[in-house]
Amino acid sequence: MNSLLFLLEKEFRQLLRNRQLLRTLIIAPVIQLILLPMAADYSVKNISIAVVDNDHSTFSRKLIAKITASGHFKLTGFTASYKEALSLVEQDKADLALQIPVDFERGLVRENSKKLYVAIDAIEGTKANLGGAYLSSIIKDFNDDIRLNWQSAPTAATFQSAPTIDDAPQISVAASNWYNPFMNYKLYMVPAILVTLVTAMAAMQSAFNIVQEKESGTIEQINVTPIKKHIFIIGKLIPFLVLGIVIFTLGLLVGWAFYGVAPTGNLLVLYGSLVVYLFAMLGLGLLVSTYSATQMQAMSLSFFFINIFNMMSGVFSSVDSMPAWAQAIVVTFPPSHFIKIMRMVVLKGSGFSDISYHLAAMAVIGLVLNTWAVLNYRKTS
Amino acid sequence: MKQLITFIRKEFLHVFRDRKTLLMLFGLPIAQIVLFGFALSNEIKDSKVVVADYSKDAVTRQLINKIAASKYFDLEQSLQSADQLQAAFKKGTIKMAIIFPQNFATDLIHTNKATVQVIADASDPNQATTITNYVTQIITDYNAGLANDAGQPMQILPELQMLYNPELRGAPNFVPGVMALVLMLVCTMMTSVAIVKEKELGTMEILLVSPFKTIYIIIAKLAPNLIISVVNLFIILILSSVFLDLPVKGSVLLLVFDSILFIMTSLSIGLLLSINAKTQQAAMMGSLMGMMLPTMLLTGFLFPIENMPLPMQFLSNIVPSRWYFIIIKKVMLKGLGFSSVWKETLILAGMCLSLFAISLRRFKIRLQ
Amino acid sequence: MQPTINDPGKQRSTRPVITAEKLTKKFGHFIAANELTFEVEKGEIFGFLGANGAGKTTAMRMLCGLLTPSSGKATIAGFDVYTETEKIKRRIGYMSQKFSLYDDLTVAENIRFYGGIYGMESKQIKIKTTELLQELQLQDEARTLVRELPLGWKQKLSFSVSLVHNPDIVFLDEPTGGVDPVTRRQFWDLIYHAADKGVTIFVTTHYMDEAEYCNRVSIMVDGVIAALDSPTRLKQQFAGNTMEDVFYELARNAKRKDD
Repeated sequence: MNSLLFLLEKEFRQLLRNRQLLRTLIIAPVIQLILLPMAADYSVKNISIAVVDNDHSTFSRKLIAKITASGHFKLTGFTASYKEALSLVEQDKADLALQIPVDFERGLVRENSKKLYVAIDAIEGTKANLGGAYLSSIIKDFNDDIRLNWQSAPTAATFQSAPTIDDAPQISVAASNWYNPFMNYKLYMVPAILVTLVTAMAAMQSAFNIVQEKESGTIEQINVTPIKKHIFIIGKLIPFLVLGIVIFTLGLLVGWAFYGVAPTGNLLVLYGSLVVYLFAMLGLGLLVSTYSATQMQAMSLSFFFINIFNMMSGVFSSVDSMPAWAQAIVVTFPPSHFIKIMRMVVLKGSGFSDISYHLAAMAVIGLVLNTWAVLNYRKTS
Repeated sequence: MKQLITFIRKEFLHVFRDRKTLLMLFGLPIAQIVLFGFALSNEIKDSKVVVADYSKDAVTRQLINKIAASKYFDLEQSLQSADQLQAAFKKGTIKMAIIFPQNFATDLIHTNKATVQVIADASDPNQATTITNYVTQIITDYNAGLANDAGQPMQILPELQMLYNPELRGAPNFVPGVMALVLMLVCTMMTSVAIVKEKELGTMEILLVSPFKTIYIIIAKLAPNLIISVVNLFIILILSSVFLDLPVKGSVLLLVFDSILFIMTSLSIGLLLSINAKTQQAAMMGSLMGMMLPTMLLTGFLFPIENMPLPMQFLSNIVPSRWYFIIIKKVMLKGLGFSSVWKETLILAGMCLSLFAISLRRFKIRLQ
Repeated sequence: MQPTINDPGKQRSTRPVITAEKLTKKFGHFIAANELTFEVEKGEIFGFLGANGAGKTTAMRMLCGLLTPSSGKATIAGFDVYTETEKIKRRIGYMSQKFSLYDDLTVAENIRFYGGIYGMESKQIKIKTTELLQELQLQDEARTLVRELPLGWKQKLSFSVSLVHNPDIVFLDEPTGGVDPVTRRQFWDLIYHAADKGVTIFVTTHYMDEAEYCNRVSIMVDGVIAALDSPTRLKQQFAGNTMEDVFYELARNAKRKDD
């Protein structure tokens, strides 16, 4: 036990003395947390749309006006032919192309129905989804509007009154959004980004630290002493655990100061999960270090993992949309669990029992990784 | 010239002897393309939805069946009370709750109007909007059916066609993005760390004292990474077309040419980074923190550039990967030719040349 | 310069502190150390000579518990090198070629750390630190970062730190590389001092003049012990004036030279 205390004393002394490193480790995440959420806005606005109006009627003009007034769309092309509109999509100058056919207004009145043609650039799925959704909803509203205004006039074909909108049963949808009523994308992204920053620091630094000792030879000196393997490893874990907590706290403060993101849930739950998470990630870093002889190798290996974690843990795309096999793999990624926990606790105020599955998963992964690291670490080769 | 080749050979040996780093150099792009290509998707389906039916009539049953049959929803068992609802949301087991009030049927029959309540977990606003839209679509279709039956006029029927990526797979968006990201990061990190390592070891001084021209030293240092990256590029393209059904629709030659421009640009950035870094750790952290952030943010494949505040939009113009990303999308996914990408190619070429020249100069200056 | 220690023939204690019997280490097909057999007495200064690549460092690492032997037996301070490595580590000190002090800690902090790792109490450590600094005349440098010390001082400090917990044996792996002859001599003064107090010194080196300072010397060639005796007797045996002559005689036909 005493050895552990001496070990910790040395580790903290070294850490605090390394001003350049501390600055990078603390300032970089803070800057990123300030800048990233500004850019990381998935809410879809200003979708560019190119319109072909072959009808030039009151209806078509009204529809186009409604689309541009909606605030979701930006009219970037008003072309003479559908072909031209499509080429705008090709050139990335429009995300959608809408074609209003000839006889749109007349056809609606006479034949009771008329088609509209919309082509959507579906490379970026979210934009395509939402673009289609917004446009459909605007068209539907427009449809209801013109029906309402048309009520009373008799049709040309028959002299009876046209059926009114009141004649048919209609179901309406009352939609409400919970936990994020203002649909603020920052609330969704800031917790996740904070996790990625803490992750990068934890995994890379712990790997690097031990490999540095390998390269400088001080690790041999440690191996010759009677210090137990697991004490040595714990001695390496704890300083970075503390560092991780500091960075996380800084991040929370920045998130609150700049973006108004304040956890609705219990801070204890948050920090408790953080500790378990760091335990897992630092374990990964340690494991990587036991397999690396040089700093270059440690960097390569940890970068490999960090990149995969960043992309697949649900920060930039939802885990739920992944095929089953991919979700199975992602279950083994500690960041995916912690990101879920963060979002649940910060936005919904979830408690310990709600996050128990994720917490347990991280704990198990952490145990496996750390045990592996301890077993792999050989004082005697 | 012969000397240069000998030198390049030595550099290659350095890289190829380090198995673990080699694993990352090739393994990372491969793993990422395969994983992300198959796993990442923006399509939202199988969202867990819970229905509370307090009316239990023919209409609600029909609607519930439609919802259950839709590929967008995964119907969980029905809830009985409001508290259960909160708890289920908090636990994250459901994304949406649909509630049919008790007098749903009677309202519909007597007043021709009924309301169904839809509550979405808006933690992820986009997801909430999308699935709310899906439900609304189902209701709208149903309404259209009711209207038809009642002889309602004036129905506008929008026909939506998804171009280039009808199944809304994630691959077409992510693969080009990952290509740009990985090529850029690997090039800058590997180059900067390798050069700094030589500085640390002291062998760099030996090289500089030798009759070798500085530019040869630099070319030799950059050569292995250039070749590895080109090999990676081909591996990625082959993987995409074979496994991800994303063939290069346009000219492969054009794509390779632009890719090489991009790679050279990234290598030059790595060179620049290596000049000020004193230790390998600093070089690595510099590449990571300094390059990863702007590249991910401002390339445009993760976050749409047009959403960003104006200053950031300006900044994205000087990030090489942003232009490369556009080129890949146009040439690989849309099959366009040089006439469509000449502007971006020119920009990329300009960046490449100027960065290379600047880093060359600064490298020489540093050594003096 | 004459060593001030006595003729190794004189019995110092009944049991040898280091025993090795056919100690071997193979790396694949390569036999780094081949059936080494020898004994070291308490308080002896035992030198392990050889060209680079001859196997000295491998031999030492096996004795320290850093490398598991492929075959053969060895005991350190009576403990078996296969099964009781952790017990061995309590009784030995070690100084590696890279001096293994923490560059970014001060002199005092390094001493404190290693003292603590070996189980010393804070009070003991303080006393020991003062002693050590006085001995090395580094009192003014207690608060200096190790990276700012000149090489010679680092070496002396490393040596002293390896003794901080009063081990029975101290293993020194090429401890005097890269310093001037005066500094080297001062270093050896420290070694004598320790030996006088009863610490057994096991040192590897490729400086032939240092061989003269040892009680007994073993010369390794191609992984095998080619000769083992006191410097005086070796010079007689091989008809040489200096240890360098002896070594040259033995090693010139060696297959494994400098890597």
